[in-house]
Amino acid sequence: MSTQYDLIVIGSGPGGYVTAIRATQLGMKTAIVERDALGGICLNWGCIPTKALLRSAEVLYVAKHAKDFGLKIDKADFDLDAVVKRSRGVASQLSNGVKFLMKKNKIDVIEGTARLEKGAPAPKVIVKGKDGKDSAHQAKHVILATGARARDIPQAGLVADGKLVWTYREAMTPDVMPKRLLVIGSGAIGIEFASFYNELGADVTVVEVMDRILPVEDEEISKFAEKEFKKQGLKIVSGAQVANLKAGKSTVTAEITDKSGKKETQEFDRAILAVGIVGNVENLGLEALGVKVEKTHVTVDGFGRTGVPGLYAIGDLTGPPWLAHKASHEGVVCVEGIMGKNHAEPFDNSNIPGCTYSHPQVASVGLTEKAAKEKGYDVKVGRFPFIGNGKAIALGAPDGMVKTIFDKKTGELLGAHMIGAEVTELIQGYVIARQGELTEQDLAHTIFPHPTLSEMMHEAVLDAEGRVLHV
Amino acid sequence: MSINITMPALSPTMEEGTLSKWLVKEGDTISSGDIIAEIETDKATMEVEAVDEGTVAKLLVPAGTEGVKVNAVIAVLAEEGEDASSVKAPPSGAAPKPADAPPKPAAGSPSPTVQSPAITQTVTTVTRADTPLPSANAAGGRIKASPLARRIASMKGIDLAAIAGTGPRGRIIKRDIEAAKPGAAPAAAAAAPAQPDGLILPQILDDRVYAPDSYELKPLDGMRKTVAKRLTTSFMQVPHFPLTIDLELDRLLASRTAINAAASGGVKVSVNDMLIKAAALALMDEPDCNASYTDKGIAYHKHANVSVAVAIDGGLITPVIFEAETKGLAEISKEMKDLASRARDRKLKPQEYSGGTFSISNLGMFGIRNFASIINPPEGMILSVGAGEKRAVVDAKNNIVAATVMSVTLTCDHRVIGGAEGAKWLQAFKRYVETPEAMLL
Repeated sequence: MSTQYDLIVIGSGPGGYVTAIRATQLGMKTAIVERDALGGICLNWGCIPTKALLRSAEVLYVAKHAKDFGLKIDKADFDLDAVVKRSRGVASQLSNGVKFLMKKNKIDVIEGTARLEKGAPAPKVIVKGKDGKDSAHQAKHVILATGARARDIPQAGLVADGKLVWTYREAMTPDVMPKRLLVIGSGAIGIEFASFYNELGADVTVVEVMDRILPVEDEEISKFAEKEFKKQGLKIVSGAQVANLKAGKSTVTAEITDKSGKKETQEFDRAILAVGIVGNVENLGLEALGVKVEKTHVTVDGFGRTGVPGLYAIGDLTGPPWLAHKASHEGVVCVEGIMGKNHAEPFDNSNIPGCTYSHPQVASVGLTEKAAKEKGYDVKVGRFPFIGNGKAIALGAPDGMVKTIFDKKTGELLGAHMIGAEVTELIQGYVIARQGELTEQDLAHTIFPHPTLSEMMHEAVLDAEGRVLHV
Repeated sequence: MSINITMPALSPTMEEGTLSKWLVKEGDTISSGDIIAEIETDKATMEVEAVDEGTVAKLLVPAGTEGVKVNAVIAVLAEEGEDASSVKAPPSGAAPKPADAPPKPAAGSPSPTVQSPAITQTVTTVTRADTPLPSANAAGGRIKASPLARRIASMKGIDLAAIAGTGPRGRIIKRDIEAAKPGAAPAAAAAAPAQPDGLILPQILDDRVYAPDSYELKPLDGMRKTVAKRLTTSFMQVPHFPLTIDLELDRLLASRTAINAAASGGVKVSVNDMLIKAAALALMDEPDCNASYTDKGIAYHKHANVSVAVAIDGGLITPVIFEAETKGLAEISKEMKDLASRARDRKLKPQEYSGGTFSISNLGMFGIRNFASIINPPEGMILSVGAGEKRAVVDAKNNIVAATVMSVTLTCDHRVIGGAEGAKWLQAFKRYVETPEAMLL
């Protein structure tokens, strides 16, 4: 048996590596197992490289609209290879950053694919290295942070082939610019790619099975987003099903059944599957250990405990929302729970912000208006449009809105929803307000700096109070 | 700025304590690390160190005050360059105000909330009551609560002073209010006389039977109150039963002589040290017995943390030998000497006398042959050790011979431990005592 650890973390995504760092801060001797690149999907194939792509699209948009700003750019254009190269460069820089962080924190990085076997006080971790040889490691605690991957729906022919039918992974490193692109699914991942490819000139069709795009967002925000995307030329078919997705020689055909039941077969150059996420629960030896797995996700309690002594799980593996910041925080809570630190509080999933980095951006936290009403709250709602904000006009970004939902009785901020420029950077203000349990009065008494987009957050609160200033 | 010195929490569970003695007086200059006061908790007396430096401007809580809540302001420091006499005492919380009420400017000005001449004056001056009893959660007189918690509390008519906060740094948050009952009156809670709770009947002496001048009344100190409360609760709530067994000690005594002859560095192992080790090993052999009853389930402890009852002036305390199964006799012996001596000086830290999973009480030195102790909750068992004495026993060949025999009685919490389990534990314990070499395995 090789080195004894206090903790072994399996998976080095934002859940795993943050967990490992927090563990060493609390004095645990820690190792982390990674089968691919440090940083996991988020950093290498998800959050970060897509933000790099979207930034290219954003700069292109501004360059194309240079005239609006009094600037002269003769022909704004892009070089797809260079755009992708930049995105890969950003990812690799950050992966190296994680490598440095592991070294700095004296975390042993074990390269290879892990599986678990019965052991005490925690399951034994067997790692198949790149040389194909197994090594066994014993720790007092093992945290699974193996993440998730794109879902297939074979019954509907929705299976990625990596050539014509892409998942996020191929969509991030396109070899050619598809002329006609089908995006199946309109959650954050689908919408971000739709927005990127649309900006770069593809003819993009988004098909969503629910009755609106971005279905987890507030209805009003979904509608606003749909209107904006349609203005930019995106085709959106909601309440629709895709079946018989067939990859031919160089094109893909899809049978799209719309809301009214009308079937139509359409041809595309590429299709992107973004129909959900499944947890990476396979080949870990979970069954033999008796770990409870439900719908590809490991069942855990508020401290990530699986019920098997010494074994914990965090992040995407444990279920939605599939977000990096949720994973990181769950990891921290899990480790603090193990060490009994920080008045260890179980994970609270009611205050996790969600962001979509399309153009325009979407960000939200807490309950939607509908969900709040369904929960029996008597709500007061505030709204403020970007057109009423000086900074938004100066930026040339007058489209968007901020919406707040308060409990009429107690003044609790139940939810906040935003769409428009930079809202992903703004949402944290409302997250802090909720964490600190501020009421509408505290927010109304807060001084927001002028001129900033954040003033709209203030105004949306004032509007809920019937005292909005700039509308 | 003046600095508030608050009542420290000496253990995670400490809610209040007695400020027994001030070691500084108003006007003294202190620096960080100076011992400024002594605080008596339920079982120990601890010294309080200054964290900041400055001049003691006010001592708000007189020495000898009981029931001082954790985080209550006990003194105020003036910082360098600040006139100590100008320092105002913070609100002591003796008469808690509704939490939502903002500080009002001088009385008699109902409508305008801004008065220009007030700028150079101190707006609020709260004179401290003679016997300040700072409210729970009050740090600097302010109750820490989230705005939402304050709002809901005032809507429901809940007084924040009655609520224990579970948010960061004891802040009262929404869930604390939701868990509280409307109308929870802090006054009633605070006004309850300082008598050990858990006693159902009032414990009083009737003046008509015992004339007040016929005895001397010594007030209860923290330790007395704790002992009274815990043991009364234990004896009434825990269904307990005793099991007694006789142990032959001669081999253990011989081993002890040999061990002490071989030991270096002033190590002198006592019979009690060996019994601690034997008990710990027996707990490992019979893990069902190393258990605590809880409403949620039975907690099986992974280590044998052996509490050892030490009689001290004015009460009893049970310092703990943690993970005794992992420790050698020399280590147990050294640790026990240190704990016992500091216990007598009341200098034990709370974490040194809590967290036991099993207790031993030894009255052998007084010649007691047999007794049954009261369980020290939440532990599942306590072992009462009698005197080792020469007794006539019948040996294997049916001859009556003299042997050193000791009787021990195990009191068990029947909710956790059945008769058979307790008996099995005693058998394991007997094996270690009568065949002490087994402790080496």
